[in-house]
Amino acid sequence: MRLVAPETVTFTESGFCPGCGHGLAVRLIAEVMEEMGLSEKLLTIVDVACGSLNIDSWRFDTIMAAHGRPIATAVGVKKVRPENPVMAYIGDGAAYSIGLAETMHTALRNDNVVTVVINNSLYGMTGGQCAPTSLPGQITTSTPRGKDTKKAGMPFRVEEAFTGFDIAYLARGSMADARGMIQSKKYLQKAFEKHMNGEGFCLVELLSACPTNLNITPVKSVERIKNDMIPYFPLGEFKDKKEEE
Amino acid sequence: MAKVLLKGNEALAEAALAAGCRFYSGYPITPQTEILEYLSWRMEDVGGEFIQAESELAGINMVLGAAAAGARALTTSSGPGFSLKQEGISYLVAADLPAVIVDVMRIGTGLGDISQGQGDYWQLTRGGGHGDYRTLVLAPDSVQENADMMAEAFDLAEKYRHPVLIASDAAIGQMIEAVEIPEFIEHDIDKFDWTIKGCKKGTEQRKIQNIYYTHPDYETYLADKYAEMEEQEQRYENIQVEDAELVLVAYGISSRVCREAVEAARAEGLKLGLIRPVTLWPFPVKAFEEAKAAKAFLTVEMNILGQMVDDVKLATCGKYPVDHYGSIFEIPEYDGIIEKAKEMLKKGEV
Repeated sequence: MRLVAPETVTFTESGFCPGCGHGLAVRLIAEVMEEMGLSEKLLTIVDVACGSLNIDSWRFDTIMAAHGRPIATAVGVKKVRPENPVMAYIGDGAAYSIGLAETMHTALRNDNVVTVVINNSLYGMTGGQCAPTSLPGQITTSTPRGKDTKKAGMPFRVEEAFTGFDIAYLARGSMADARGMIQSKKYLQKAFEKHMNGEGFCLVELLSACPTNLNITPVKSVERIKNDMIPYFPLGEFKDKKEEE
Repeated sequence: MAKVLLKGNEALAEAALAAGCRFYSGYPITPQTEILEYLSWRMEDVGGEFIQAESELAGINMVLGAAAAGARALTTSSGPGFSLKQEGISYLVAADLPAVIVDVMRIGTGLGDISQGQGDYWQLTRGGGHGDYRTLVLAPDSVQENADMMAEAFDLAEKYRHPVLIASDAAIGQMIEAVEIPEFIEHDIDKFDWTIKGCKKGTEQRKIQNIYYTHPDYETYLADKYAEMEEQEQRYENIQVEDAELVLVAYGISSRVCREAVEAARAEGLKLGLIRPVTLWPFPVKAFEEAKAAKAFLTVEMNILGQMVDDVKLATCGKYPVDHYGSIFEIPEYDGIIEKAKEMLKKGEV
């Protein structure tokens, strides 16, 4: 792990809570961009939720798009500027709930954009409501008696829904510890390599901590990723088109 | 360029390309689908990008991305689909982004039906999405104007960094007329510094977001922007308004019938005139200065509620009777309009 963050990480007005995973994801992306020589080219599209704060966290040209629509917006950007790397950075609510149609049809078309999904198992910006990724029994502000899977279903697993599509890359990493971070960075790097090769849709999901909305300490929040989230959200690469061929 | 016979929708699509539009994303809905179908092959011919989006929501948000990246971007829809685009239009306005959105109006509320209508006037002119905004709205009355307004719409959108709407309707979109497509112009996606293109080290990062967060003088900036649009961009056509006792006010397909009504009425000695708003917003208040002999005003619109009546009352400071001649199942007939005009004048309403 590097000790000094890339100069594209600015955090001029970062509003992330202590222990939040977004800052880690920003750093990983910035490192990958620097190492690949793409820092001056990356165009990013963030969602309106917590990830929107990244517009002030990194020094990449950035659009703050409507909730659930960053992937569609990214497709529009990429078509106009095919030479630039284009990344949508969104939460699990945007990717798998309100924006699921956009996620799915971008995958169906295998549009050449990178999507980074920060999965913290809840709606962060609005104060911790139940998400499609919330765990069975999870206490949230909209499931105060625990998520009832008979009513709300089991956690949404992107690999179950998307591996049937003809996409370039699909992986899930964890940001719970150094090992997870190193692995996650490799996934991001691979996604951007495939993206720059024009191979198509790449989605990397990163399991992230949200101590504020879970009302637990930052330390407990990362332990929860390892103990509670990973059993439902296994880590690894689920689609790697070139290796399959 | 020589005149060719084209459907209104096709002329609009070809003229968009002539205006330098190289990005389109939309979703099929009658009666605008020919625009999408035409661009599905023609856009490729000119080296642009066409996407049949999974929904109007995706379509308008792809347009937002393309506009932020510097392209002249277009999306088109009708009624129910146009409603779905409203959130995106609100976001375009909020982020100071230029784009052109066409509503080929159909009749009715909810699903309504696929025939021509003018029921989206309020939605078009009041800011159909959430928040505190309006957009410039151009209303073509012919296939030729469908073509001529595309370049103007993109120019205005860029001038103000604001989306521009085109209020077409099923009749204008579906009719075939002789049309001259304007000359093709080149659009440079790097024309403006504010478009996202990659942030060089040591330079300022470009942020496309609600300018509410960043503009140092947001209230004044917006107030001035809308005031300038209202002052500078009123467009209208006045037909025999100066000596008219009763002035019709109509746009789009209804205005074409009103031209006939004016001519026929004058042949029998009834002094009718016509104000045709070419911009629906800003409403052409200036057009009414010429109506010096007017005793009353009559809007002719393909809706039931007379959606333009309030704007005419405001434009005339409430000094005159303003009534509405509505027809929703068929395009209004000119003799019905004349009859209504006579009734208004006879009743002593005036």
